[in-house]
Amino acid sequence: MAKVSVIHVREATDEELMDISRRYMLSLSLDEMKAIKAYFISIGRDPTDVELNTIAQTWSEHCYHKTFKGIIETNDGIIDNLLESYIFRVTKELSKPWCLVVFEDNAGIVRLEGDWSIAVKVETHNHPTALDPYGGAGTGTGGVFRDVIGVGAKPILSIDVLFFGPLDYPYELLPQGVMHPRRVMRGAVAGIRDYGNKMGVPTACGAIGFDEGYLCNPLVYAGCVGIMPFSRYTRKPKPGDLIVLVGGRTGRDGLRGVTFASTELTPESEKVSVISVQIGNPIEEKKLLDAIMRARDEYSEPLYSAITDCGGGGLSSAVGEMAKKIGAEVELSLVPLKYEGLEPWEIWLSESQERMVLAVPEGNIDKLMKIFREEDCEATVIGRFTSTGKLRVYYEGEVVCDLDLEFLFKGIPRVRRRAYWNPLREWDPDFPMPTDLMDILRRILSDPNVASKEWVIRQYDHEVQARVVIKPMVGIHGDGPSDACVLKPLKDSWIGVVVSCGVNPKYSRYPYKMALSVVDEAIRNNVAVGGRRIALLDNFSWGNPEREETLGALVEAVKGCYDAAKAFDTPFISGKDSLYNEYRLPDGSYRSIPGTLLITAIGIIPDIRKAITMDFKEPGNPVYVVGYTRCELGGSYYYSIMGIDSGVIPSVDLNNAKLIMDRIVEAIDVGCIRSCHDCSEGGLAVALAESSFSGGLGVEVWLSEVPRLGLVRDDKILFSESNTRFIVEVRKGMEDYFERIFYNLPYRRIGYTTREGRLVIHGVNGRVYEEDIWSLKDAWKSTFNW
Amino acid sequence: MLGNPLSTGEASMKVKTLILRAPGTNCDQETIEAFEEAGSRVEVKHINSLLKDPSILDEYHIFCIPGGFSYGDDLGAGKILACQLKYRLRKPIERIVSEGRIILGICNGFQALVKAGLLPGLSGLFSRQEATLALNEGGFFIDRWVYIRCEEVTRCKPLKDLAGAILHAPINHAEGRFIAPPDILDILEDDGYIVFRYVDPSGCISRGWNPNGSMNNVAGICNRDGNVIGLMPHPEKYIHPYTHPSWTRFDNILEDNCLRFFKTLVEYTYLHIL
Repeated sequence: MAKVSVIHVREATDEELMDISRRYMLSLSLDEMKAIKAYFISIGRDPTDVELNTIAQTWSEHCYHKTFKGIIETNDGIIDNLLESYIFRVTKELSKPWCLVVFEDNAGIVRLEGDWSIAVKVETHNHPTALDPYGGAGTGTGGVFRDVIGVGAKPILSIDVLFFGPLDYPYELLPQGVMHPRRVMRGAVAGIRDYGNKMGVPTACGAIGFDEGYLCNPLVYAGCVGIMPFSRYTRKPKPGDLIVLVGGRTGRDGLRGVTFASTELTPESEKVSVISVQIGNPIEEKKLLDAIMRARDEYSEPLYSAITDCGGGGLSSAVGEMAKKIGAEVELSLVPLKYEGLEPWEIWLSESQERMVLAVPEGNIDKLMKIFREEDCEATVIGRFTSTGKLRVYYEGEVVCDLDLEFLFKGIPRVRRRAYWNPLREWDPDFPMPTDLMDILRRILSDPNVASKEWVIRQYDHEVQARVVIKPMVGIHGDGPSDACVLKPLKDSWIGVVVSCGVNPKYSRYPYKMALSVVDEAIRNNVAVGGRRIALLDNFSWGNPEREETLGALVEAVKGCYDAAKAFDTPFISGKDSLYNEYRLPDGSYRSIPGTLLITAIGIIPDIRKAITMDFKEPGNPVYVVGYTRCELGGSYYYSIMGIDSGVIPSVDLNNAKLIMDRIVEAIDVGCIRSCHDCSEGGLAVALAESSFSGGLGVEVWLSEVPRLGLVRDDKILFSESNTRFIVEVRKGMEDYFERIFYNLPYRRIGYTTREGRLVIHGVNGRVYEEDIWSLKDAWKSTFNW
Repeated sequence: MLGNPLSTGEASMKVKTLILRAPGTNCDQETIEAFEEAGSRVEVKHINSLLKDPSILDEYHIFCIPGGFSYGDDLGAGKILACQLKYRLRKPIERIVSEGRIILGICNGFQALVKAGLLPGLSGLFSRQEATLALNEGGFFIDRWVYIRCEEVTRCKPLKDLAGAILHAPINHAEGRFIAPPDILDILEDDGYIVFRYVDPSGCISRGWNPNGSMNNVAGICNRDGNVIGLMPHPEKYIHPYTHPSWTRFDNILEDNCLRFFKTLVEYTYLHIL
């Protein structure tokens, strides 16, 4: 075996085992190394480097989610498998017939109409983006598109949620090995732009946030929505089916990406791990997509019996997963390479982009090859599925890997971790009310987190495919911030898909309430344009789970997800976690990101012609606030401007929240709503300002009318960030309809829209705050006027 | 309008349009729908099948190259596709032009036609590249809705019925800034080669409404015979009122979408080419 080395684990001491784990960058723990040792003792030989790497990829945090699936000891008892105990459980309990595929394939699938279904996936690509912003973010997008193509769906929407360090961070204070946030942001945006635009997938949904916690570890969440006839969904590879590798060639880029993603970053990462970042080529993926769609549709049945993305872990993971219940044989020397000189383990593990693996019944292979040839896309038979229960890999005829699939997928020792969480005590501070609240409003509007991201959004193509009917920017000048995007995916039906997000790391010090809040935010954004029958996706980006408090916070957030999803009657259909988002400095100190939970909501609207946008439409319409405003300013932009770090983080009234959401949808359906905007960052004040300048209309409101609990001060009413609130412009003459729909729920008419472009707010004690809407818009737009 | 022959079942579907698909083409689907909606029969072919049998092109009245990033735009937008047209599909394309059939390039298709020397083609078909579409003034890809005016005086007979019309449509491109040497630009201006210009909502030429820095606000041009037409904006993105960026503001849905652009082409084809 010329190119394969054998690693002696059978006689290795514990110390030597850990040395092997480090030397081969396996990121495996001692327990796991011991399990490997025991397995190879039992079969009477030592592993090859190919085998050891295969096991390490399969058992990585990234692929196996061992923390989420492990045993966690908490002060309230033991949690056996966090995923099953909370996230899967709520989906099972809600048991929706329209959930077709949940948590068991590359993407979640829900029914749309008839046979048409929607596939959704959201991924993280944080570590690669830290090292190479352009390549990391671009291949994140390309990777999540392939997840959706990997269930047989055609991508129709790209979603991107990004977090960076502060853009004005002083260069001289940057930790060693860390790129400036501006450079990271420009690179990441360009990467997403070039991949999504060239693939012809509209990028019409997302968010960008900034916080010092992301200085060393930027976050890139890349999501994709696809459409497919569900009758074309197939994933049953049969023994005898050919293993066909399609798409791009295999190179040395993206080696050990998943084990790299399962450790923290250090100043050395750039040198040691840059090989883990893949090099993307969107046109290769576009050809791949075109060919796969033909292979799916051109005959009475798809030409493949199973399909999967070749992503994290490369062929080892793609073939391994497909062969899980049967077996497979692969000849690595058949794999087309970008250049000569790859060792067998490199071919087997490479995460080179734009590749997918198909299982093809022998009778279909000629038809399949013809399609791929016509589309200028390479397709190569590299092996065959078997019924041996073994994953057997050859290189030039010699066996380089021969593993029992049972051991590979079930041999991993359960991880046991401790979690600890100390509930936060919260109080609302007392301080004198500032006099110039409009100045504070301007400052919040120009905060990079709130300010217009038009500079970014216009670089993304959100028109291609001509399916986006509610765009990311709306209003009279086409630049107001839409709450959600709506797609009309079918030519002959009015049904729409509604996509929105919720994320707020400013609440991360109270992770349970953060989870409630972001689920509420994702749903209310969806509802604000008319979405209903909502499914959720969860994406956790967290620090090192081996630290008790970090894991404790994660457990709290997961519990919040369960409670919120249950109360809103919204199942989770897919998700992904990214742990170890930390940066270790040479002096041993570390920086961790704030625990960041992204919730993506996928709703439908039966008739897109009923969809609503957030911009005020006509002068003289009554303006209502729905939902209680409470004294919840913890983590608010107001307190952050005032330099206050205490305050109560917003919670969600789980008994009433769903009712309020349902009634908004009802009011939209009967046609009494002209505009609807959710209240989130910056509270009522920001929502009113945004609806005004987006519609080019003024508004006059009385704070004494705002439905509120325990609040008497103008500043706190204006800037509280309580959940489940909407600003609703009701069609004149339809006030009665609207009020009847909201009978018994917290709502009040607070004022009306005006023709003059002024925001006029009457305080509780008669004080009047007034500002020109165009000056507010300037403040909102000037931050990213790059 | 010409008594709309397309409303009769017999007339419709006689016009045959071919939509070209190359690696990286990504606006094919909506362009198909636009031509179908306008009453044409539509087929879509991959460039590889045309290269195998170039005579396929003879079967169609309209040959449309839609938007996208053909071959990744790797040597510049539309450049590789332009070479394919120029060196491998030359004969059938010359036949289309001389027989008065129509070639339409939208966005990437326009870029390819210009780089192949088909547009404006002052010195003859495929002879040399006389203009270009350079990187936008802003320096990167931009997605924005623009107004374009179809010029009153042009050589473009197929779009004669659209003269004076103002269309609202998005641009989605990185390389769309129309540039030509002064002598060429003068000829284009004087001899009616310019078909579309970026204008303000009232139809006036204004610098502020020029999204990419194109010379003389040029958004689209044609060749000498007026039957090869190219434009940067995407009329196929606004066939249905609900893809307009602010349709939720209107109580009555707008009907002045870009379907009339495709209808005009198909009607002209029906009346004058068939």
